[in-house]
Amino acid sequence: MTLSVWALPSADMTTAQEKNELTQTPLLKIWVPWLGMGGCKLSCRRGSSVPQLTNSPTLIVMVGLPARGKTYISKKLSRYLNWIGVPTKVFNLGQYRREAVQSYKNFEFFRPDNEEAMQIRRACATNALKDVVIYFSKDHGQVAVFDATNTTRERRISIVSFSKEKGYKVFFVESICDDPDIIAQNITEVKVSSPDYVNCDKDEAQADFLKRIECYKQSYVPLDDEKDRHLSYIKIFNVGSRYLVNRVQDHIQSRIVYYLMNIHVTPRSIFLSRHGESELNLLGRIGGDSGLSPRGHKYATALGGFIKGQHIKDLKVWTSHMKRTIQTAEHLGIPYEQWKALNEIDAGVCEELTYEDIQENHPEEFALRDQDKYRYRYPNGESYEDLVHRLEPVIMELERQENVLVVCHQAVMRCLLAYLLDKTSDELPYLKCPLHTVLKLTPVAYGCRVEHICLNIEAVNTHRERPGNVDVTRDPEEALKTIPEHF
Amino acid sequence: MWIFRKCLFLPIILVSPFSLPCAVCMTNCPTLIVTVGLPARGKTYISKKLTRYLNWIGVPTREFNVGQYRRECLKIYKSFEFFRPDNEEGLKIRQQCASAALNDVRQYLADGGQVAVFDATNTTRERRETITVFAEQNGFKVFFVESVCEDPEVIAENIVQVKLGSPDYTNCNTEEAMEDFKKRIKCYENSYETLDEVLDRHLSYIKIMDVGRRYLVNQVQDHIQSRIVYYLMNIHITPRSIYLCRHGESDLNVKGCIGGDSGLSPRGKEFAKYLRQFIQSQEISDLKVWTSQMKRTIQTAEAVSVPYEQWKALNEIDAGVCEEMMYEEIQQHYPLEFAMRDQDKYRYRYPKGESYEDLVQRLEPVIMELERQENVLVICHQAVMRCLLAYFLDKTAEELPYLKCPLHTVLKLTPVAYGCKVESIYLNVDAVNTHRERPENVEVSRMAEEALLTVPAHQ
Repeated sequence: MTLSVWALPSADMTTAQEKNELTQTPLLKIWVPWLGMGGCKLSCRRGSSVPQLTNSPTLIVMVGLPARGKTYISKKLSRYLNWIGVPTKVFNLGQYRREAVQSYKNFEFFRPDNEEAMQIRRACATNALKDVVIYFSKDHGQVAVFDATNTTRERRISIVSFSKEKGYKVFFVESICDDPDIIAQNITEVKVSSPDYVNCDKDEAQADFLKRIECYKQSYVPLDDEKDRHLSYIKIFNVGSRYLVNRVQDHIQSRIVYYLMNIHVTPRSIFLSRHGESELNLLGRIGGDSGLSPRGHKYATALGGFIKGQHIKDLKVWTSHMKRTIQTAEHLGIPYEQWKALNEIDAGVCEELTYEDIQENHPEEFALRDQDKYRYRYPNGESYEDLVHRLEPVIMELERQENVLVVCHQAVMRCLLAYLLDKTSDELPYLKCPLHTVLKLTPVAYGCRVEHICLNIEAVNTHRERPGNVDVTRDPEEALKTIPEHF
Repeated sequence: MWIFRKCLFLPIILVSPFSLPCAVCMTNCPTLIVTVGLPARGKTYISKKLTRYLNWIGVPTREFNVGQYRRECLKIYKSFEFFRPDNEEGLKIRQQCASAALNDVRQYLADGGQVAVFDATNTTRERRETITVFAEQNGFKVFFVESVCEDPEVIAENIVQVKLGSPDYTNCNTEEAMEDFKKRIKCYENSYETLDEVLDRHLSYIKIMDVGRRYLVNQVQDHIQSRIVYYLMNIHITPRSIYLCRHGESDLNVKGCIGGDSGLSPRGKEFAKYLRQFIQSQEISDLKVWTSQMKRTIQTAEAVSVPYEQWKALNEIDAGVCEEMMYEEIQQHYPLEFAMRDQDKYRYRYPKGESYEDLVQRLEPVIMELERQENVLVICHQAVMRCLLAYFLDKTAEELPYLKCPLHTVLKLTPVAYGCKVESIYLNVDAVNTHRERPENVEVSRMAEEALLTVPAHQ
């Protein structure tokens, strides 16, 4: 290790940057230069706990024959990116086609020699790309997923030139599958119920769709190791047993690859539950690290019974590091793992206060929180936005796992639920996650089926709705109107 | 030990002893990583880097380099002839070395190791089959990491960087060494069987092609393999430098208080100006500047006058109930906590706060992004900088909390060969010392003076 003392040459050091004054933005608690002084050097969107590491918009282009999971991947990827704060939208060519051609007759539309249909399909692609441009330039989108077969080199080349012209980065996601069982399963799950086949019976739909696939097979040219070596892409083989990754350009593509390599389609269920009712819950206090109330213990026992009754294979149980989730898990009689990342949102100076206390001691903070509950950061604490970033590794591991029960907390559960059910950041902080209720989530088709199982043990309500008046000037009664009852 | 980590409940739980959130379940089966590739393809570079990363995130890992074993066995290296495929005696010795290494692997994984990296060419299917059988017999999972590269410039550069300086060539000049090594590579080429898409479809592996331009990933079995793949796909070898420094001296620093969110002292502001001049003088292309979300790092960056990005993950360690206290106050109000911290500074968690161990977990995405980036200046805090430094300089969990990271000093880290060159540049602005050494007496029964013996001077 070399040491040196650096001597400053005598030069004039006073610059316009003399102002080292900073102020902290009230909502996000971000330090910014005193506004009004010719701009600061903070390069990007303020407020998120993680830098936005993307500059050019990215166009993700799906590639693959029908029934290879392109739409499944598009929707899932879009859900993930939106959840971590990257505005993303899917542009599904099939939708455009359905709008252009009001009623679908049969597979003949997709025959390669059907000139009229070809024209319509090309027009749809052009319209979809036009919408992508609008999404990026006017709607502040960051990532667009172009969900179509894109099975010919010609089509892909035109997309690449389009992107180059506009200054978008392109990343291809190709799904290759030759397992007939998987393909048949796909067709049953999502094609047979598509608007295209609303007037057909299952077998007819299945047969027609298989012929549709044949229409594409002739002209299908997969991404080529040699010819396409300058493109950025991931090739997914047989639902994830193998991946080929070429020329990852930047952070967001790296995250996309990591995500795609961790998801699977094996059937399983995710169970979400809060800890049993806690002592502080009873008192209407937020945060803290208290133990379970007597009713909370009852719930934990009931939860144990419920879990046994479900006969779940190889269930993994996760808790936070806080006493109340651990006490709950103890009653289950199954090994569990503790994640610090699952700890409840840190309410900073408001820890262990009642809403009444917060209104009395921090009325402005209380109002700011109601104005933007997702981005609002407690003084010396966290925001929901911070929570989402904290929870990202949990989500990644949830994707890898199969049957999991997560015993966590209200704000944490809202974040996880928002990811699984594709809720916006506006909806997220108001999702209903009552005590003593288990949510069973089972992936199905393009989404998630939710079952609410209330285990019939009384508990306080901890859900506070957004009040009518969110101005800092409001009266205390207006602020406290929506507070749930407590002791 | 439980008390340090503020875990109140002990029974049937699987509290992960490592920083990895779910280490125990994910990695109850030890993992054997097996490198594959011709000489000078970066296998040892990858092995060492991967080992360093896994140890840092809390997965006990060790590499076993067969070349070392061969050097111990053979004492003197004569020439490439040793590696000729028709050299019976040479083959026998090499076989023995591989076996000796595998024996040590078995020992290590039985003794608490989680991951072993078996660094050798392993270029034949036969050799890999032997290893797979060995792993199966011992209950280890196997993950192959193959490096394939045909770019003659890259290979030549490798040879220059790490082979010429190898113990094998201490008595040769550059040209001789280069010639001999190239002939050595040739010895392996004929029998080289790359991992095959069809024949090896049941194996778990990643094939790295052309130094990371392309990857083939097959049958990832579990969490740790997934993390390894992600890491390997994010590292690169483009030359660059990483600059680490703390914020300028803060008002709370001057008072001898820890934590908090205060602004810069006058000397701290002075430092920030000097930092700007220093950065300009370095003429760094495309420098990225990162700060935490605390006032003092941001004030520092503002003075440097380049665009910067804020990471909450770079915030200083949360001292919980001890925030903004002086060490004397901590001793007064929490003498038990103070002693426990001295007993195990890495794992100790402040009440309602964090431990260094928590910090490492929090910083992992920062490290991952640092690996992806090129020239970066990170303006952070003492505990944070210790964690980052420990990653780059391969320091243990015991050393980490005592690494010296004084104020007003920039560390310039430049990757070279298998490690990192460090230059320490003191920017000549006085500042308090904030480094507290581990005192002699760490017993909870100790006297206040003994606890406070190593507290640095302050106002």
